[in-house]
Amino acid sequence: MSITWTRRRLAFGRFWASFRTQRAGVIGLAILLLAVLLAVIAPLFIDAGVTNVVSGTGEKLSPPSWDDPLGTDESGRSVLLMIWWGSRTSLLIGFLAALLSMVIGTVLGIAAGHFRGWIGAIVMRITDWFLVLPSLVTALVLAAILGGSTVTIIAAIGVTSWPSTARLIRAQTLAVEARPYIERSQALGGGHWHITTRHVLPNVAPLLLASTTLEVASAIVTESTLAFLGVSANKTSWGTMLRGSYDWGAATSGAWWYILVPGLCIVIVVMAFTLCGRALENVLNPRLRKAV
Amino acid sequence: MLTATDLAVEFASRGRRARAVDGVNLSVGAGEIVALVGESGCGKTTLARTLLGLERPTSGTVSYDGSPLSYRGKALQAYRRQVQLVLQDPMGSLNPRQTVYEAVAEGPRIHGLPDEEKVVAEALSRAGLRPPERFFLRYPHELSGGQRQRVVIAGALALDPKVLIADEPVASLDASVRGEILALLLRLRDDLGLSALVVTHDLGLAWNIADRVAVMYLGRIVESGPTEEILKNPQHPYTQALLSVLPESEERIVLTGEPPDPTRIPTGCRFHPRCQIVAAGNPIADKCRTDLLPVLPTTEGSQAACHLVTQRQTR
Amino acid sequence: MSLLELDDLSVTYRIASGEVPAVRGVSLSLEAGEALGVVGESGSGKSTLAMALLRLLPKDARTSGRIMLGGEDILQMKWGRLRAVRWAEASIVFQGAQHGLNPVQRIGDQVAEPLLVHKIATPEKARSRVASLLAQVGLPAWRARSYPHELSGGQRQRVMIAMALACEPQLIIADEPTTALDLMVQAQVLTLIKELIASHGISLLMISHDLSVLADTCDRLAVMYAGRVVETGPAGGSFQHPYSQALAAAFPTVGDPASRLAPRGLGGDPPDPQRLPSGCVFHPRCPVALDTCSTVDVELRPAGDRRTAACVLVLEESC
Repeated sequence: MSITWTRRRLAFGRFWASFRTQRAGVIGLAILLLAVLLAVIAPLFIDAGVTNVVSGTGEKLSPPSWDDPLGTDESGRSVLLMIWWGSRTSLLIGFLAALLSMVIGTVLGIAAGHFRGWIGAIVMRITDWFLVLPSLVTALVLAAILGGSTVTIIAAIGVTSWPSTARLIRAQTLAVEARPYIERSQALGGGHWHITTRHVLPNVAPLLLASTTLEVASAIVTESTLAFLGVSANKTSWGTMLRGSYDWGAATSGAWWYILVPGLCIVIVVMAFTLCGRALENVLNPRLRKAV
Repeated sequence: MLTATDLAVEFASRGRRARAVDGVNLSVGAGEIVALVGESGCGKTTLARTLLGLERPTSGTVSYDGSPLSYRGKALQAYRRQVQLVLQDPMGSLNPRQTVYEAVAEGPRIHGLPDEEKVVAEALSRAGLRPPERFFLRYPHELSGGQRQRVVIAGALALDPKVLIADEPVASLDASVRGEILALLLRLRDDLGLSALVVTHDLGLAWNIADRVAVMYLGRIVESGPTEEILKNPQHPYTQALLSVLPESEERIVLTGEPPDPTRIPTGCRFHPRCQIVAAGNPIADKCRTDLLPVLPTTEGSQAACHLVTQRQTR
Repeated sequence: MSLLELDDLSVTYRIASGEVPAVRGVSLSLEAGEALGVVGESGSGKSTLAMALLRLLPKDARTSGRIMLGGEDILQMKWGRLRAVRWAEASIVFQGAQHGLNPVQRIGDQVAEPLLVHKIATPEKARSRVASLLAQVGLPAWRARSYPHELSGGQRQRVMIAMALACEPQLIIADEPTTALDLMVQAQVLTLIKELIASHGISLLMISHDLSVLADTCDRLAVMYAGRVVETGPAGGSFQHPYSQALAAAFPTVGDPASRLAPRGLGGDPPDPQRLPSGCVFHPRCPVALDTCSTVDVELRPAGDRRTAACVLVLEESC
């Protein structure tokens, strides 16, 4: 319907105008868009072959040169190409794990906030239980039991990282549900589904977006950590590259590029997500906006 | 039309049972405006919420058009089309992320009414926002307080209800805007035959628009009847005191003490610890302290729950 | 000489989208022992006016004009002198007694605070003074050991009044002292205020949106609209300015047949201070506006019986 679309366009225009004033956020967003774009178009130029151990063309652990701008690894593969290809796995796992965690966290958070009786209490106890579990260890165990594939890594990260989102969403849901328009909506005849989807969800969505952005960053770090600890999807990612550099003693043999490049990539992308998430929080969270 | 019979609502409050509504008979007739007057904490808002079906009574019944209200999904939803709510704080009653159009269209969407845009436009212009199209895309924060309250009223009207329950509809509005909103309620009654129960602490408001007044104290209605009779010639000492603190009255009766606690309802007449007549040494004060008063029945005429009034009448 | 005299007081807030004139050239005077009520709607500038009197406004507000308190201009005062004036000579009772008190401090300590800050009393003397102050506002002395949450709304407002009285000021500024209180408790607090100012000979400047509250407590009323005083006059007299008349009609007299089933109010809404109408700012809502009102702005002018009003029609009647 045209009315809704005009309104959405206007709202987005306002949002963009205030996001643009957050310089760090804009830089973060630019880095992210570049990283995602590169990951998406990678198959047009290279294929999974660049990660094949036997197809390494260069010298073993050779420093950066014209042929291999970021040097090579222990099998003579180009670090640059591996980073490029590996970004696909790292970003994919980061996004999907954050998405999974967001969906679980939102559903349980809204449920806990909306149904205040015993349902809410049970959901909160489950959340608390997951919250106190050391999430890295749990993810490690889960991934080890389920076996290494992209899906299991995503599941392992997603299933262990949702409790903080659920906590946040529950608090916000409680705040929204205390507003009189919820009562008005009830009096209009709105049921649980109507109230949670039409009133609660739109009001927690901005916060959710900001927290999910931060969640992606932490998922990428968790993926790298898991890979470094030896649990990976058996595909080249930034985490597995770090693991490789450690296994082959890159640090002691002076192959700094082999450690530094994947490490820096993780730092830069995580930083970009964090900058973006903080900027979103500033723009979308009315309480923070007032304080500024 | 809308009737409460022996209605009681209890809450658990700090480990004790609070009897927020403690035996109320009240009816709102077709095309009638009834003002429910009382101080905060007297249970008037709880009573209003119970009449709307937002709160379940501990005992007693709410009935609409002669049939008792059912709390099952379908029946309750059908009831919601008949009885609508207007709250005190118009800013809070509107979702800040929804436009005026969406706020008014919410009811029709829930009930799946056809011709949504027409219904919304009509409801807005009935509520005095004309031309309605100009307001469709506005957000609540872009409107003034009076306009917001009109949007809330339009949202209720979009369902074409028969009864409006308004909880302090003008208390948070500016004085100069108040009259217009009250005039709107009167006009809706004249044009659409809408009944209204207006919950308020403001006797001037009751005088302005109500046909009947019910005065509530600590969970019970202590006096009710036609507005002119109750406000010009109050019988219950509590009503007398409320009227006496208005600026134009000559002799003020300022009651001592605070509004009472619904977890500890006094014995006998619930008003006796603050009653100015008991304090002044009334001959039947003992009766006031010990003898319970019956719950006032539903009648059109004036009545007061007071031992003195009963005694005067029987004499 | 008047105790308090405002001369062409203006307050402008600077915000992101420009300047907001909240108070525009207000001149008022308050005699010693007099009670003046300032009534206005939200956005009329009445609360800004109250805060400006003791320079309690936020930093983005710019104040001009003169505020003479006992012959001294508050706007020119040094910081140290201003601190001495606050509480000791003029004290303020805020609206919303829930937030005016520190929730983790005992009532007695809070009432004693101004006494100790201004070194009026030693801690021992302060304690007996607190007891007598609480007694004056109708609270038992043991309440000094209570925390704010143990008190009801009316009792908290009584504590606020006791705090204002602590340093025996000449002037009390009360900003919506009874808003959010129940009818009966409101009557109790108003009666108390009335008794106290009468017995201590204190001047009172009371600010409210509720005309009926002021009419009852004050000797004189000033009506504010869009940052200006549009009418001043004795309480109890009949208003001359059409805005004041409309405001008065919004508080109907119970028993008056004229207002029975006939609520009266003004169309439209109070103007946006950033986009004030031309001429008389009230003309778009005025039921009796003339053609000239959209261009001609009128100053306060005499309107009979110690009354002034800023309206074209007033002149025509008195001529």
